[in-house]
Amino acid sequence: MEKKKIIFKINGVEKTVEVEPNKTLLWLIREVLKLKGTKKACERGDCGLCTVLLNGEPVKSCLVLAVEVDGSEIVTVEGLSRDGELTPIQKAFIEHGALQCGFCTPAFVIVGHWLLNRNPNPSREEVVEALNGVLCRCTGYRPIIEAILDVAKKRK
Amino acid sequence: MIPEIEYHRFSRLEDALRFLSENPDSKIIAGGTDLLVQLRARKINVKKLVDIYNIGELRYISEDSGEVKIGALTTIEELKNSKIVEKYVQPLHIASRSFATWQVRNIATIGGNLCNASPAADTAPPLIVAGARLRLKSIRRERIVPIEEFFRGPGQTILNPDEVLVEVNIPKHSGQWFFNFMKLGRRVSHILSIVNVAVAVKLDGGRIEDVKIALGSVAPTPIRAKSVEEYLKNREATLENIEKSSLEVVKDIKPISDVRASAEYRIEMSKVMVKRCLREALKL
Repeated sequence: MEKKKIIFKINGVEKTVEVEPNKTLLWLIREVLKLKGTKKACERGDCGLCTVLLNGEPVKSCLVLAVEVDGSEIVTVEGLSRDGELTPIQKAFIEHGALQCGFCTPAFVIVGHWLLNRNPNPSREEVVEALNGVLCRCTGYRPIIEAILDVAKKRK
Repeated sequence: MIPEIEYHRFSRLEDALRFLSENPDSKIIAGGTDLLVQLRARKINVKKLVDIYNIGELRYISEDSGEVKIGALTTIEELKNSKIVEKYVQPLHIASRSFATWQVRNIATIGGNLCNASPAADTAPPLIVAGARLRLKSIRRERIVPIEEFFRGPGQTILNPDEVLVEVNIPKHSGQWFFNFMKLGRRVSHILSIVNVAVAVKLDGGRIEDVKIALGSVAPTPIRAKSVEEYLKNREATLENIEKSSLEVVKDIKPISDVRASAEYRIEMSKVMVKRCLREALKL
């Protein structure tokens, strides 16, 4: 299979990689770039745990081919904190105990971060709607919603 | 694992059309939120992928005095955020709001949803009742077909291997029209429809002058409920007539049992969904 050269930015750093066209963005992130915060779970677009930001918008990285991100900008959960300082969303997840097993947490953190960037003061309904593409099987949605609302409240 | 595949990316429509005319064993990827799942499950066998996603000339929503034009690579999120779609193609706007989730709407395209030809495609019933026409283009020619003639069966359309769906045209409606779309799934969001239904009703006073009803996920293709339409035409828009008309839908549908629901359940719920969708549209 002929490899394709792609150039993209991930978490602010430009990368040039040669990839086979049948590989996904999720594979590129985890297996080539070794960024393991983005989780591989259903691999069919159902669970949302592989969510990353592609050109600023959330996408499921298992539903995007690696070759498709040529020229794009990607942000994963590893790209949120600055100089070792956690973002307000990450701190709020800790304060609210907004996780149990933690496997879905990177995806919720990414979606929460994106939501507050585009809508600094969301209603509870807007938070719920934003989160509806990420599944948590420990049934821990309530503290996740409250953590995000809390960040918005504290910013005011 | 996705099987081994050749990948060809184009940013100009003409180049993509030329490649397709010379490589009939190609499959178009226009977002890929459905296609990647099918490839991974080996439901389809593809040698060459033609990525048209970056053809910017196919991404627009515009209007003139008579119709709305939507480029085939417009994303579902763009439909959801469009004032033109909200104003002139209401059932499509409602469907785009309940379509999958953010992560999918940001990538999935209207052209991809239609060409994928899922019987459950949420954009199809709204476009059927809105009287949409599809512009299909190859390097040799261009044709425009009513959307109802486009679907042939699950995953099957009338598209030739060298053709690309480039635009969806929707006529603007004049007069007292009422539109609606509803879907039934096992949860509210992020779910494939068990039954989906769109309606367009034109009233003349209290009388139903014209009506179009379309359902998805209850036949091999999205379909018109012509028996229900026939019953309603020229009748008064009353709750009683709507209830009676909704029973006629069993003549129009041919559902199967699958992982989402049984055929029996789909038959019962088709009646309920037609009734609910009409009631909500007409505020009865």
